[in-house]
Amino acid sequence: MSRELPTAFAIGEALRIALAGDPDVILMGEDVAGGGTRPAGTDEAGGILGATRGLIKEFGPERILDTPISEMALLGAAVGAAATGMRPVVELMFMDFLGVCFDPLLNQAAKFRYMFGGKARLPLTVRTVTGAGMHAAAQHSQSLYWITSGIPGLKTVIPSNAGDAKGLLLSAIRCDDPVIFCEPKQILFLSSEVPEGDYEIPIGKANLVRQGGDVSLVGMGATVNIALQAASQLAQEGIQADVLDLRSLQPLDEEAILTTLGKTGRLIVIDEATPRCGIASDVAALCVDKGFDLLNAPVKRVTAPFSPVPFSRVLEEAYLPTPQKVIDAVHELF
Amino acid sequence: MQLTYERVLGAYRTMRMIRSFEEKLVELVNLGKMSGFLHVYLGEEAVAAGVCAQLGEHDYVASTHRGHGHAIAKGVDVRGMMAELFGRRTGTCKGKGGSMHIADIDKGMLGANGIVGAGIPLATGAALTAKLKKTGGVAVAFFGDGASNQGAFHESLNLASIWKLPAVYVVENNGWGEFTPTDYVVPVKDIAERARSYAMPALIADGMDFFDVFAKAGEAIARARSGGGPTLLECKTYRFAGHYVGDALAYRPKDEAEKWMTERDPLRGFAERVLSDGLLNQDDLQRVDGEVSRHIEDAVKAAEAAPFPDASEVTTDVYADSHRRG
Repeated sequence: MSRELPTAFAIGEALRIALAGDPDVILMGEDVAGGGTRPAGTDEAGGILGATRGLIKEFGPERILDTPISEMALLGAAVGAAATGMRPVVELMFMDFLGVCFDPLLNQAAKFRYMFGGKARLPLTVRTVTGAGMHAAAQHSQSLYWITSGIPGLKTVIPSNAGDAKGLLLSAIRCDDPVIFCEPKQILFLSSEVPEGDYEIPIGKANLVRQGGDVSLVGMGATVNIALQAASQLAQEGIQADVLDLRSLQPLDEEAILTTLGKTGRLIVIDEATPRCGIASDVAALCVDKGFDLLNAPVKRVTAPFSPVPFSRVLEEAYLPTPQKVIDAVHELF
Repeated sequence: MQLTYERVLGAYRTMRMIRSFEEKLVELVNLGKMSGFLHVYLGEEAVAAGVCAQLGEHDYVASTHRGHGHAIAKGVDVRGMMAELFGRRTGTCKGKGGSMHIADIDKGMLGANGIVGAGIPLATGAALTAKLKKTGGVAVAFFGDGASNQGAFHESLNLASIWKLPAVYVVENNGWGEFTPTDYVVPVKDIAERARSYAMPALIADGMDFFDVFAKAGEAIARARSGGGPTLLECKTYRFAGHYVGDALAYRPKDEAEKWMTERDPLRGFAERVLSDGLLNQDDLQRVDGEVSRHIEDAVKAAEAAPFPDASEVTTDVYADSHRRG
């Protein structure tokens, strides 16, 4: 019997399963409990999304740890706890806040294993909300996964729907490496099918979500839905698209990208982030470097422009990739 | 903790090992046999020795760029450290870390650290593990006066205080942050004062005196172990050498260093005290000096003879790629 849940609920379900199955798993973050730390009465906030609501009652304040608004201590202590035997899941409210707590990820978590000659294990998950689409403006809307994806030692994943969010988060938590788990705003309150029970989606494997032989649309997070919408409109004009959901940005499933390119000879990558030094550029470089003989047309990137994320609804719509922008890019290839 | 004959002898061995190890490093760098960024702990030996003498295997320390002393005092194998500094495969970190990243988590050493202040939240996290897993362990963050200006210091003390973590924050105030005098960058007379903002007890120790550090650290460690929460322990000490090996020291008055070295050398002070108190005799000290000297020479020989890592190892150990079953 299938059931649909919003992504935020699916995330909560994954957290509950991980906490119940492993006493080393702890949650740390701002407002993950909220008012739930009071001895009696008030209800818990459950984080900015409500994804952790109910967990403090079930697992207690020793495992659902509300922190001060103090991201350096939050991330740094989580890294120290992970190195010494815990399996922390941090909620970094918005990925934009990386700016005040980058060192524990960049120079500590990412490098311990390597610097220490393989004698460290960093089972750390950082859940963080990414992307635009809620009129949250320049400091609460960025897609900064290109930064973490470019740091050896970190893994970065981004689900495109509720069911994937649950399975990818369970994989991330059980992974012995530090994983950045991106939660794109535009899918958090969209519902989709979420299987019951405990299941994992492997990190490093892309997912071909639509089959078509004429063009490959490669998306990640919220841009997978944009690619799917573009694909159904393209089908009406007789162009059949493969849609590949990357799911994992580091490691990148190069084989899956080259396989779809080999099938269609035309590839468009759709990325909500800014265009420089990003995932879209990486995918394009891969196609040229290892897939040159497969190409029948230039690789196209549909990304945000090179600007901060604007506030006004009109500007934000202009900023984000849309199905029409994808269709326009496809038309350039035929 | 009682200062038994074995503990006193062990403390002297630790301090002598740190001193001889680092004097050897300086010699090797000057001979062109060793490379990299090295920051030596000469002059500050009593701090690491006094604190770590009271730590066990279940206790953690997080260290700094000036980390050799903490590693030795926490029991990291000196032969492995020497090999690491020579960039050899047999090194503590297989030649991948070097001086600023010597770590041995199995020994409770969470790493030297190239980022000023970065070890402070790490130790805070190790203290959280100790509290949640009820190991009875404590975590010690060593850091300098300079790091007490970092946000990581202030955020960590706040967090440790609200969670009553079993942590000890040991600030080694050696008077100089890189090339700048501490009193220029720190507005309070004692860094210990900063604990008050976090409702945390603070202690000040004479960092050149092993016995004073031992006593004050003992109080802080006992408080942490018994659930009494964290302490900020300021150890007033002095960096005999420059910020890094090769530092021309043009910024520091020569007579300042000479005064500390002639009047306050922690090893000489320790020897005088143990001899006058009858805790050790001259034979004990000479025996340790000889053992340490031979150990260092052997470590250098073994390191020089050891193989370099294979070039193929440049991309190993980036990820564990392992997974706990759900």
